[in-house]
Formats: sequence, structure tokens, C-alpha cells
Amino acid sequence: MSPDRAHLPDGRLGAGLDALSAEVARIDALFAEAGAEAVEPAALQPADLLLALYGEDVRARAFVVHDPVEGEMMLRPDFTVPVLRLHAERGATPARYRYAGPVWRRQEPGSTRPTEYLQAGYESLGEPDDVAADAETFARIKAALGGFPVETRTGDLAVAFAAVAGLSAPERWKAALRRHLWRPAAFRALLHRLGPGRPEPSESRAALIAAAEAGDAALRAFVMERGPLPGLRPLSDVMDRARELAADARLALSAEEIARLEATLAVSGPADAALARLRGLDPALAPALDRLERRLEALAARGEDPSALPFDASFGRALEYYDGFVFEFAAPGRPDLPPLAGGGRYDALTARLSGAALPAVGGILRPEALLSARGAA
Amino acid sequence: MSRRLRLGLPSKGRLRDAAVAWFAARGVVVSGAADAREYAGHVAGVEGVDLVLLPASEIPRELAAGRLDLGVTGEDMIRERIPDADARVALLARLGFGHADLVVAVPDAWADVETCADLDAVAGRHRARTGRPLRIATKYHLLTRRFLRARGVADCLLVDSQGATEGVVRNGVAEAISDITSSGETLRANRLRPLDDGVVLRSEANLCLARHAFHRVETMGLLSPVLTTLGLPTLEPSA
Repeated sequence: MSPDRAHLPDGRLGAGLDALSAEVARIDALFAEAGAEAVEPAALQPADLLLALYGEDVRARAFVVHDPVEGEMMLRPDFTVPVLRLHAERGATPARYRYAGPVWRRQEPGSTRPTEYLQAGYESLGEPDDVAADAETFARIKAALGGFPVETRTGDLAVAFAAVAGLSAPERWKAALRRHLWRPAAFRALLHRLGPGRPEPSESRAALIAAAEAGDAALRAFVMERGPLPGLRPLSDVMDRARELAADARLALSAEEIARLEATLAVSGPADAALARLRGLDPALAPALDRLERRLEALAARGEDPSALPFDASFGRALEYYDGFVFEFAAPGRPDLPPLAGGGRYDALTARLSGAALPAVGGILRPEALLSARGAA
Repeated sequence: MSRRLRLGLPSKGRLRDAAVAWFAARGVVVSGAADAREYAGHVAGVEGVDLVLLPASEIPRELAAGRLDLGVTGEDMIRERIPDADARVALLARLGFGHADLVVAVPDAWADVETCADLDAVAGRHRARTGRPLRIATKYHLLTRRFLRARGVADCLLVDSQGATEGVVRNGVAEAISDITSSGETLRANRLRPLDDGVVLRSEANLCLARHAFHRVETMGLLSPVLTTLGLPTLEPSA
């Protein structure tokens, strides 16, 4: 853990700190002009909430501290969930927020990534015209880069979700694929387990399927004779899944469908050409592609040429909670720096947090990385 | 800087006895270790080695911190307690004792769960049904978390369990465990069953070298004769 400022060795005092403070203030003023209210979530957040939302992955990334009264707390690894919590507490009317402050992330041993760095962000919550909000958020984050030349990446996870929804498969298979959309390796492994090339069931799996097909009494006896069922998993869930496995054994995704899904996820190139290719691949994508097209029009109205804007159908699949439009701006020739800015749409996260989906899109800049890139340019 | 090598051995239990016997079989006699209350001892049969006796679980930290040059402990301890183990410690020799497998195990009555993929599917259902992640009890958090991530098992929460981990499933504290087993008997007695692909690590006792020792020239001069006496290949400084 380095006491140095992320990406700015001179940023902890004196002129270096003055320059960084001015940079944060410049970004903050732009977001304030856009009508965003200031918000400052606590640095310490309840760990159970973040763990329940993200699972064990977040524990590997976040600093966990113990409070004798509050229990396990986490240093905020980002602002999104903490801002959503504050928004939900005040009663969810549409709002725009701006924030700036440090986030903390544990890094793998040997990593040179910082454990503490600044984020300056903008979030648009509850805006019903999602395409317009996407384009505006993209434009505001890009404008806050202050004209620094960047490499842009965009994607739209709604396309991947639509491709999964269009499969001729039971809903439970689609749900399983959706769940792993953000883990490309697990997604691919699962996809191929559902296809024609899957291995034969093991002997014990075949016995379970036979018991399930012999009826409830036989299945119940098959499970019960193996021992007690402690913990929170009831017998009914074991039996339900056994019946599903029996049904699954009679089904398979066709090789063509698997190939089409993988081709869809592999589409990348200039946004207008990518859109045309996706239109030709899968008719089930039409509603998602219509929205993508309208977004490209909204971006074009803000000066983004769709034939110059890079699009990648798999981009964003490593960014846990995004489920729609995603974007990122990187400094060319600076692989030592993280992306200077990025963001996206996360409607599903708001649904998991509060039970009701709230249209939500936002983005952050990394002021330290931005200053470092600009200083070297 | 010390001009002697510091060797750490487990201070008690079967691991200590087996380690002392392993060295003795190679002509290196460790004395003082027979008395469990004595935490320093002497090494005969090889020059320039000081002996430090300490709990096997503390040996990884001492190696990583550079307070030991050599140490005997389980690979499970090394890999759990040193996140970048391979950068800090070289495993010189597997010693043939202290065998233990770290495995992910589920209730035997989970007739539908044989593999990590099954566990992942059940964890997904568990979250959908209860709104909470599936609980896996372990004292090996780092190894288990890395294993689950590499196997694409999501929606699990590791809950801490120090000792008697097999019992926590029966007590309803967790749905599954990740724990050390040597014969599998304790698992069976608790009606638990390892996943077919659930071996996180096959561990045994190892003679370990702190990599910082490579960078200490005076230590290198001492290390080669020790390795030769023990019948182990000597190492290049760049190893």
C-alpha cells in the first residue's frame, strides 16, 4: 500500500495538491451546471448490503473493517450503491447527483494499481427517456475530460441480454445464462454445457434422473436416504432441481443457436457497421437494436459520428452491474493508467437494491489519472 | 545482518516430530525440539544454522517477512497466509508427511450437486429464493475465494469458522464447507461429501525457502551446503 497519490507522486501537498484540487473543482462545476445536486456518502458502508448485492467478489476488492457496534463495514469501493442508498432514503423522485472523493480497493499482490484513488462522478436517476439520458451522460463525462484526446469504447449489454432472451430454451436456462453474463468464462462454460457437445451424465446423475422420473415418492426416498438436510436449503429445492435436471437431460441448445449467440457477442467495429451486422444476425434482437439505433441518433445530435464511434457487443461484461449502455475513455499510449473515465446504465442494480427498477445511468472520471495523462501529453 | 541461516520448525505436534525425523534421516540433528516448552534449539550436522521453533501457522508470515530463511510448514498454510506466495517463498521439497486436501464439500443429501457447476447453480437458486448468498464455512478464505472465482461459482458468502468446520453445516451456520480433510472420515461422519472437482489444494508439509534469501549474498554462501547435506539440488540465485 503506497502513501503516494494515485498516478500523481506530487499530489499529496503543495502545488501538486493545488493542481489536483483545481481539477476536481473544475469537473464538479461542470456537473453542477448540468443541474446535478452534490451528494457525499459516508466512506464506511455496511458490508452486508454490498455483499448481498455483489456476492463474495466484492469482499476480495473492498477493505473490510470491524466496528464493535455496527459489525462489518466496508470502505466504499465505489459511489454507485452509496449514492443509490441516499437517493432511496429521500424518496425516489428523478434526480441528478454529482460527487467527488476517494474510493478504496484492495489490489492483488504485485499489482501496481492504487488502493486509494479519487472519483468525480455524475449520476442521472429516474429519467424516463433512457436513450436521451444515456447520450447526455456520455456527453457530459466526455466534456469533463476537457478536450483531452482519448480512445473511446462503447457497448450495450442489453444486446447480450436480448440475445439470451431470444434462445429457444427454458426460462431457467436463460436465467442461468443471464446470471453469468458478467463472467464471460463461466458464461461460455455454461453455454456449452447446455449444448449438444456436453458430456454424458455421471452414473450418480443418471440414478438421480431415474429417481426423478419414477415420481415424487421415489425421488423423495432417493434424497432422504442419503442423510439430513441442514442449513437453509429445503428438500423441495433439491427435488425441484432434480426434476429440472431430468427435463434438461432431454433438451439441448442447437449448435446453430450457440454459434449465433457467440457471433452476436463477438460483434465489434464502428457503431453503425456493428449495428448493421447485428441486424442481420438475429431477428430477436430488434427491440434492443432499435434502442441502440435511437441512442446513436441521440449521440450524433451531440456531435458523435456513429461511423467513428467504436462499439463492442461484449464490452462491459467485466463491469459487474451494468446492464445497458456502457462507455469508457482511455489515454492513448498509457497502459500504466486506468481508463480516465467511464460509466453506463445500471437499471437492474436499482431493482435489486430497492425492489423497483429505477432508470439509472452515470459515470465517473479519475482526476488523478486525467492530470497524469495531461501532464505527460 | 545475520551471517547465519534461520530455520523455522513447527514447535509441537506430529508435524514437529515428523520434521525432526526428516532432518535426522539426512544427518541433520535438531535438538531442543523434543521439549515442547523450549522455543529455541540447536542444529548439528550442518554449519551456520539457527533453529527457531514456532507454531506451523506462523511460519509462513515469518518467511514472508524475512525473519526466517527456511521453514517447514504445510503448503496450505503458505498459500492461505501469503497472498503472493510464489513471489515470496520457494517450495524446495515435499516432505511426504502432513498430507491434507482442502476440499469444498456439501451435504450428502444434496443428491443434485456433484460439481462446482452444480454448486454454482444451487447458489444462484439460493439467492433467488432467499435474497441471500449461499454460506460456505471455512478458515481458508483466500484459497477458497480464489478457487470459487476461478471455477465461476458465484453468489456465495464465506463465513469464518476456526475449528470443527464440519459441524457448522449440521448446526445450520452454513450450507457447505471448504476444509482440510486427510481421510475423508470426518466429512462422512458429518454426512458431507466433497465435490467431484472440489479439490482446492492437495497439501503436504514442505521445506520452504524465503526468496529474500536469494538476495542476501552471505546467506547464499550458507544455503548451498545445507541443501547439499539435505540431498536437495542447489539453486541459482535467479530461481
